[in-house]
Amino acid sequence: MKFARVIGTVVASQKAEGLEGVKFLVVQLLDEQRQPKGEPQIAADATAQAGPGELVFVVGSREAAQALPVVFVPVDLAITGIIDEVDADPADRRRGPTAAWTTSG
Amino acid sequence: MYIGKVVGNVVSTIKISHLDGRKLLLVNQLDLQGNETDDYDIAVDVVQAGPGDTVLVIDEGNGARQILHLDPGAIRAVIVGVVDQVALADYAPASPPTPNGKRR
Repeated sequence: MKFARVIGTVVASQKAEGLEGVKFLVVQLLDEQRQPKGEPQIAADATAQAGPGELVFVVGSREAAQALPVVFVPVDLAITGIIDEVDADPADRRRGPTAAWTTSG
Repeated sequence: MYIGKVVGNVVSTIKISHLDGRKLLLVNQLDLQGNETDDYDIAVDVVQAGPGDTVLVIDEGNGARQILHLDPGAIRAVIVGVVDQVALADYAPASPPTPNGKRR
């Protein structure tokens, strides 16, 4: 799953079978520092509660459709949660790998 | 699968039912030298990993569903191991070091 920011809504009255009642939102995918990365995309809202301005996480590919009430639907990006907080301590990053890294041969 | 480093916790109250009660961690993908890259994942943890840990991540839906006993399941990235050691034999880093990795 990746970070995304909801930046708009999409209204479609004619949709493929199985997508009735599913809300679509415009999302900007973000990098690890929550900065925009790539072009905005349209995501189905599997939480049914996300709205513009919110920080969410999205799942792509085949797993996106599995987040929705009807599982076999033509969807390749879905919002699966609304983020309350990202708790990242810079000290954890500065420490080296906890695994022993050896090169032999 | 790839080797990553846990760099944070992700807290979410409103989420799909597949994620109920599951711990979400922010994982940075490492290259073969153990350096951080620009790639990351928000992954479900099943091995009690925590920030700072070097971990093994599977990023594939069918494997994730099997581990989590979900069908359907809208989860791809799962932390399935805490790495103790990486030993590379005769590894000469090409450039770039990994197909999609960029060194910081």
